[in-house]
Amino acid sequence: MNQTRRNVLKAGGGASLYALLAAAGMLRPDTALAADWNQKAFEAKNLKDAFDALGAGSRADSIGIFMTAPEIAENGAVVPIGAVSKIPGTESIAILIAKNPTALAANFDIPAGTEPSVSTRVKMAETSEVHVLVKAQGKFYVTKKEIKVTIGGCGG
Amino acid sequence: MADPMRIRAVIKDGAVNVKILMSHAMETGQRKDGDGKPIPAHYIQHVSATWQGKVVLSAQWGTAVAKNPFLEFSFKGGQKGEKIQVTWTDNKGEKRTDEATIN
Repeated sequence: MNQTRRNVLKAGGGASLYALLAAAGMLRPDTALAADWNQKAFEAKNLKDAFDALGAGSRADSIGIFMTAPEIAENGAVVPIGAVSKIPGTESIAILIAKNPTALAANFDIPAGTEPSVSTRVKMAETSEVHVLVKAQGKFYVTKKEIKVTIGGCGG
Repeated sequence: MADPMRIRAVIKDGAVNVKILMSHAMETGQRKDGDGKPIPAHYIQHVSATWQGKVVLSAQWGTAVAKNPFLEFSFKGGQKGEKIQVTWTDNKGEKRTDEATIN
């Protein structure tokens, strides 16, 4: 093991490995990982645990978040979801699907200068409420919409 | 190595509208193959888009993002002719970066 890495690991104590490696300059600057992959949130099996793992245990319903999604998804493997936040200071937008085996589908970080609007396509196991969670100025806001699914899309 | 991403970056309503189509199986780990054996999870976990050295979008994904992921977003400041780069990294540590010119 190279000496720098050994010293870094010795010095680290309880600090996260990511922080250590970043401090040691061992992560290339263009890695651009704005946030670590939140394993606990992505492995949470239900909505409540996913919200908690995202730090959103306390959140307010908001009429300032707009979801574009079909009423009925013909194919649960490819469901288009658009989310726009009109809440000032939006920092992130997450999509959670209540009845999926793991509720959290995606989390988008919105840097300054980027519009708080994202579109993507998700898999839905069955008819379910889809929640959009916005973090803005340190607080959490949520809206939801039920999407009916005729053919489930998670496989298995 | 995975197929290239298709990236379109177009100036629209005073911002750069970016549409990306990535090529990735996004296996959930729940499907089984013909012999009944589970197909291991293989999915993009990180995405980032940069312009002039600045991150204009980053995302963390789970297995529920659809196969051959689509992503659309918009950011301000980009000019025609400038480039944006998009990188994804998956749970196996595979990685891909593609570049596009703003139109």
